[in-house]
Amino acid sequence: MTPRVQVHLWSALRRHTGGAEVVEVEAATTGQLLEALRRDYPGLGPMIDAGVSVAIDGRIYATSLSQPVTPENEIFILQRIKGG
Amino acid sequence: MALDEYKPQSGDAELENKELKYVGTTPDRPDGLDKVTGKARFGADLSLPGMLFGAIVRSPHAHARIVKIDASKAEALDGVKAVVTRADFATGLEGEYGFVLENVMAGEKALYDGHAVAAVAATSALIARDAAKLVEVEYEVLPHVTDVDKAMAEGAPVINAAYADASVPEGMHPNVVRHHESGHGDVEAGFAEADLIVEDTYVTEAAHQGYIEPNACVAQMGSDGKGELWVCTQGHWYVQKHCAALLGMETAQLRVTASEIGGGFGGKTTVFQEPVALALSRKASRPVKLALQRSEVLRATGPTASASMDIKIGMKKDGTITAAEGTFRLQGGAFPGAPMEFSAMCAFACYDLANVRQVGWDVVSNRPKQAAYRAPGAPMAAFAVESVIDTACNKLGLDPLEVRLKNAAHDGTKASWGPRYDQIGMVATLEAAKAHPHYSAPLEPGQGRGVASGFWFNHGGETSVSLSLSEDGTCQVSVGTPDIGGSRASMALMAAEVLGIPYENIRVTIADTATLGYNDVSHGSRVTYASGLATIKAARAAVEKLCQRAAAKWGIEEDAVKWEDGCAVPSGANAGDFDPLPLAEITATMGSTGGPISGHFEATPEGAGVSFGTHIVDAEVDQETGATKIVRYTVVQDAGKAIHPAYVEGQYQGGAAQGIGWALNEEYVYGEDGRLQNTVFLDYRIPVASDLPMIDAVIVEVPNPGHPYGVRGVGETGIVPPLAAIANAVSNAAGVRLKSLPMNPPKILEALEDQAGDA
Repeated sequence: MTPRVQVHLWSALRRHTGGAEVVEVEAATTGQLLEALRRDYPGLGPMIDAGVSVAIDGRIYATSLSQPVTPENEIFILQRIKGG
Repeated sequence: MALDEYKPQSGDAELENKELKYVGTTPDRPDGLDKVTGKARFGADLSLPGMLFGAIVRSPHAHARIVKIDASKAEALDGVKAVVTRADFATGLEGEYGFVLENVMAGEKALYDGHAVAAVAATSALIARDAAKLVEVEYEVLPHVTDVDKAMAEGAPVINAAYADASVPEGMHPNVVRHHESGHGDVEAGFAEADLIVEDTYVTEAAHQGYIEPNACVAQMGSDGKGELWVCTQGHWYVQKHCAALLGMETAQLRVTASEIGGGFGGKTTVFQEPVALALSRKASRPVKLALQRSEVLRATGPTASASMDIKIGMKKDGTITAAEGTFRLQGGAFPGAPMEFSAMCAFACYDLANVRQVGWDVVSNRPKQAAYRAPGAPMAAFAVESVIDTACNKLGLDPLEVRLKNAAHDGTKASWGPRYDQIGMVATLEAAKAHPHYSAPLEPGQGRGVASGFWFNHGGETSVSLSLSEDGTCQVSVGTPDIGGSRASMALMAAEVLGIPYENIRVTIADTATLGYNDVSHGSRVTYASGLATIKAARAAVEKLCQRAAAKWGIEEDAVKWEDGCAVPSGANAGDFDPLPLAEITATMGSTGGPISGHFEATPEGAGVSFGTHIVDAEVDQETGATKIVRYTVVQDAGKAIHPAYVEGQYQGGAAQGIGWALNEEYVYGEDGRLQNTVFLDYRIPVASDLPMIDAVIVEVPNPGHPYGVRGVGETGIVPPLAAIANAVSNAAGVRLKSLPMNPPKILEALEDQAGDA
């Protein structure tokens, strides 16, 4: 059974999650997590498509869809980091 | 190599604890001789048989509908071989490709002064420029706006009503195209606990990256649909992908080679003239060189965004920050993408705050499409936030470094932008700054001292490296990240460390797109981290093969051999008694012992460590003229591990130098007509040597657990604190708070006069 993990969103996404900044989805990897967010909260789709990174316990995964996530992790969705 | 083998799951997954022989030394720069003798070949230095020269026709209007383009007179000029317009590019592109194409060549509307509307190729540069003047463009001039606050106000001309994404709340002006909001805690409750609240608005102007080498390329499209491009860029795979899309080509049919690069600083992470040169070459069936003039660089390649920012900070009498709040409005030109989320996320990232909230707005206007400039979005946010902290310190009579230490983020702090920090060096940079003699040195009359801290994320990104050994025991390393800050030296040092052979025996080359796997752009301070990690892994793969050859020679098991100081040796007494077998002896016979020995690595490293810096500045202000002189400057920054310390110091000093320009003089000046007024370096004033003091660089090393040697990127953090540190120094010297950049003499005099009027 796929575990349920808590995901922290940046505040501006509240409008697409019924006001919640922390949501719970079924996911075992970063890829599943993004798919679950897209499925459960369709309004987040364009934001995810625009590019997001996933921070797991403080480490930023800019693109990886295969990184494992567990209910014990602190997970944040961030806007994709770019630099100069 | 599989992804799972290297990804830093946690803690010290990558970090090695061993004595380093080559890493941390400062050997000669491999590109130094070519550059000082003029042998190095930059973007405009390639010439091909039958080559034409390109010139771009640019809009003189800030905002105008393109009614008609008549190129007949240009085409009739002797020597003209091709004219292209938007009709010569791909159609149906959406998203970022669509924005890039629209910026490269205008479609229905010219969106800023200097926007390309057509281009010409001719047998000489002079004929091309003359022909460009003969292209007749009929415009319907539209109302324009170039200021960020005016662009989001009611009644402002709409740049494109379809730009705004789903993040923007209803009711905003259509020029507001993206929104960010983040934070934690209860800021109102935090402000209620404060003994002092400082609240103010700060503004910065756009500044250009100011690279010495104008954008240039040579394009050659064949009649078979295959193309070659020589270009100065920070990322030739990006160029390949975007040019192919804009030309309607398959990616693999375009081979892109990166020239030497005369500076990029983020500005060469996108395309401008490259697709145009390819389109001209395709139409003319001849090679085309297209090198921009400086005025074109300033008018039509991306500067950084300009910003308008509201900051509110609550502080207790002992310096504890109880709450912090910021709103960051960034104008990024005529397309979405101003880095307001990074302004917001970096603004308070240096501090351990219980209550923090940051809001960002991305606003479009009739200016060129912004491009990244070292830590995009962060310097202007630091200017505003660190100025407010300095104001609070002055009002409460507190030492600014002690206040920063009291509130500094540390290992495990919940960052203002969300996650908890791993191992970080914020406190270490503050302690080093406090201990530096500069901080306690006496000031002369008329001088002021400023300090400021700054943060940047750093990045990993797709990376490929290939390494091969030669029969004589030397090594060739192919990397795909253009060398914009000394990376060839750093890669050679890291390969030398793993292989155990001298630095001088290793040659590092920037491979073209046809000879190596995909590489992300040299951006995000990622190269020494990501290409370095890939080089180490590739070298380790080669070492594994070297050990296998030694095992076969000695007739022992492969795991009974280890690599030490450039030699295969038995791993223990039980493995047998064999003399060390040097690398060169193994490679001398590699053809007959199993074939060529090489190593490669392809992956997306995800362990880039964040970075902090603290700067100390002394400034002297002439109260009569408003002229400012920076008299002393010290940069303290966490490098994780400095692979080549002299290059690291150079990055720090470069950040300070560019910051001095941005803080004191550089700005985009637009007239009422929406045209850029200062289009050459005589009017757009970057600092020259006589404007700069000696800049002391202090390298702090708090290792990044995500890299074998602890490397953190150093290319961007150095530009984050300067605007604020200089503003604090100038404000303390002048006796009046400067809230608008650049702090040029007229602005300083105006502030002094306003203060005198208020007194």
